[in-house]
Amino acid sequence: MVHAAPGGPFDAERTLPPEIEANIARAYHLDEPLPAQFVRYLSGVLKGDLGPSYRYRDHTVSDLIANAFPLSLKLGGMAMLLALFIGIAAGSFAALRRNSAIDRLTMVVSMTGISVPVFVIAPLMVLLFAVKLRWLPAGWSGNEGVARFVLPVISLALPQIAYIAKLTRASMIDVLSSNFVRTARGQGLGAYAVIRYHALKPAMLPILSYMGPAIAAILTGSVVVEEVFGIPGLGQFFVRGALNRDYTLVLGIVIFYATLIVLLNLVVDILYGVIDPRIRQR
Amino acid sequence: MLRDMISLRLVLLVALGLTLVSCGNPVDPKAEVTTLHRGLSIDPESVDPHKSRSVQAAEVLRDIGEGLLSYSASGELVGGVAKEWTVAEDGLTYTFLLRDDARWSNGDPVTAEDFAFSFRRLVDPDTAAFYAEMLGSIVNVRTIIAGEKAPQDLGVVAVDERTLVITLDQPTPYLLSLLTSPSTFPVHPDSIAQHGDAFTRPGNLLSNGAYKLDAWEPGSVLVLSRNEYYWNNDETAIDAVNHHVLTQEMTELNRYRAGEIHITGSVPPDSIQQIRAERPAELHIAPYLGVYYYGFNLTKPPFKDNPQLRAALSMAVDRDVLVEQITGRGEAPAYSWVPPGVNNYEPRRLAYADMSQDERNAHARRLIKEAGYGPDNPLQIELRYNTSDTQQRMALAIQSMWKDALGIETTIINEEFQVLLANTQAREITQVFRSSWIGDYNDAHTFLSIMESDNPANQPAYASEEFDSLMQRAAQQVDLDRRRLWLEEAERVLLADHPGIPLYFYVSKHLVSPDVVGWGDNVLDYHYSQHLSLVPAGATP
Repeated sequence: MVHAAPGGPFDAERTLPPEIEANIARAYHLDEPLPAQFVRYLSGVLKGDLGPSYRYRDHTVSDLIANAFPLSLKLGGMAMLLALFIGIAAGSFAALRRNSAIDRLTMVVSMTGISVPVFVIAPLMVLLFAVKLRWLPAGWSGNEGVARFVLPVISLALPQIAYIAKLTRASMIDVLSSNFVRTARGQGLGAYAVIRYHALKPAMLPILSYMGPAIAAILTGSVVVEEVFGIPGLGQFFVRGALNRDYTLVLGIVIFYATLIVLLNLVVDILYGVIDPRIRQR
Repeated sequence: MLRDMISLRLVLLVALGLTLVSCGNPVDPKAEVTTLHRGLSIDPESVDPHKSRSVQAAEVLRDIGEGLLSYSASGELVGGVAKEWTVAEDGLTYTFLLRDDARWSNGDPVTAEDFAFSFRRLVDPDTAAFYAEMLGSIVNVRTIIAGEKAPQDLGVVAVDERTLVITLDQPTPYLLSLLTSPSTFPVHPDSIAQHGDAFTRPGNLLSNGAYKLDAWEPGSVLVLSRNEYYWNNDETAIDAVNHHVLTQEMTELNRYRAGEIHITGSVPPDSIQQIRAERPAELHIAPYLGVYYYGFNLTKPPFKDNPQLRAALSMAVDRDVLVEQITGRGEAPAYSWVPPGVNNYEPRRLAYADMSQDERNAHARRLIKEAGYGPDNPLQIELRYNTSDTQQRMALAIQSMWKDALGIETTIINEEFQVLLANTQAREITQVFRSSWIGDYNDAHTFLSIMESDNPANQPAYASEEFDSLMQRAAQQVDLDRRRLWLEEAERVLLADHPGIPLYFYVSKHLVSPDVVGWGDNVLDYHYSQHLSLVPAGATP
């Protein structure tokens, strides 16, 4: 399917002499019939070899993924944690002070967070915090430490913070008006204790079901953030690979993600069995 | 159940993420080391001189490698690894004497045999080098590329450890400037034998230039440090060079503004006015050996065998508007194929170059009528360009110029770059297409030869016996002044035939920090880090 896109990985305005094109095609086995290429590729994949990258002639696809994935994971994980923490806190707060000025402000901010795309927010933040104030680095390479994570993680987390805040607020309001909370308040518990011990857990259910889409959103958002900050993560390689017709790189990343998801599901299922004995007996 | 699974998965992901965060890179501030930070608009495809082809790869390679010849800080052709050289009277034999003190980054001497090995490797079909044909005039290059002869038959011979002889099939006055190109840099034979394809990995890679490659994080940065064994190491001021891969021009600009980059690889077109106002002294715009043109597909109607129509379309384009309103970075309007500033050459100009635009339009209308188009038989054409903001504005402007001046209905079609290239080369559906050419060396030949009928880069499929024979005559000419006349005559023929419309000549665009000393603008846009220095204790990193 990747081959269906017009143009080849070695095309350029500087069209190559046919002999040289043939030599390059041979070096990458592109001169073989597609079924033969497919078999060669599959047998490589089974051995964990995703083949050479067509664009990065010094690197294999496995190398590139091994370098890029940890970075994307770090970025996404940090953004997710940040989004959960701030989103739930802000949402709960807004629910408690329903219809107050603070509630309205939170919701206005989160609406903005949802509607303004990452590729607008991120450069604006760079301009403010890196160029004008010089508090944080503007880019990735050549900078060290945690500071270079701050802006990318915030840009990535912002829309999720907004969503989670809205979700938390709505579900919290729901829960707070339910009977068991009223009973708890009636017993003389304070607002904080009610939220902490009674309301928070049931109010979190919608958030939990939002986690799937959130992970997907962070995955796609990371493509933009990685471009804007020049972070060598998996998203950037995926997009560049598609544009350069780097077939093996694109295929490799797809296979990698697919395997990762299958493996994670497997691990989750097994863990579920460990945690809940009823599952094991079924 | 599903919810729980999703949340568990999240916990796993986050836990894994945190583990990875906690083992970050240790910081190692070396206060004494001067480091130059340069922007690079894409990753090099390779640091193997024979497998790379991009301008960006060449920029890195010029820092870590060195050919027989090189350019001085002021842009003069000077000896690189070669100390001196002689050219035989017939222009077919070049003898190079290598420096005694040229060394690889492990201390090994750079020998004539290293060069002979490297030239053979460049043309060896198994290497699959993009630029294998670059040295096409050396004896047997073409037959070796085609697999008809062995690389050992190449006309490059190491006579002794310090003497290299190159024999040519035909005089090639620009050979010396070709020998500054990274494709002709030497590679270290023993390390290839030892590491195979992995010889380019940082740590394995031995280089013979002013710097060596310490690390390469694809998509992020290439880290270079001083090669202590380089013959001219004493004159090299900067200790380390970081080439930052910054694909987004805005990102690069922001990093420059934040003081993280000394030299940018480009400048975003939308910011140019602001930069001119804010920091005019740091903006370096200089003529560059590149031409931007619209090509015609000469194998299909309406442009096949229709030079009048092609000329009319060319005349009706107001190039001044394009460079002032659309590109706006100081580009020069193009009325020739060869850019100004090329060595020993005076570009010919289109016959209507000195007319006013109104005169040109009037003339173009007459030609269109003669070609048989008019209100009764309106012309409809398609113009293809690669998706990008500037390309689109350019296409829109030209569409309206053709409409206003000639009444032509143009459909503009944007295509992803690789799609445009594939379509252009297939020559089935394209009519007018956007293209460009960047000179490989400072000689008119690099611009004119692409229009020879057997050149694969001849995208319009222009085939003129007159042009080909003039180019052939120039190729056989040893006398530089006569050669120049043939080339100029060839360009005149080319311009009259209009295989395409030259629109403007490129400029190189950089922002250069005031801390950088020794920067010089030049048409090749070569800026060797070894010629630069940094003012000490600047505010920059």
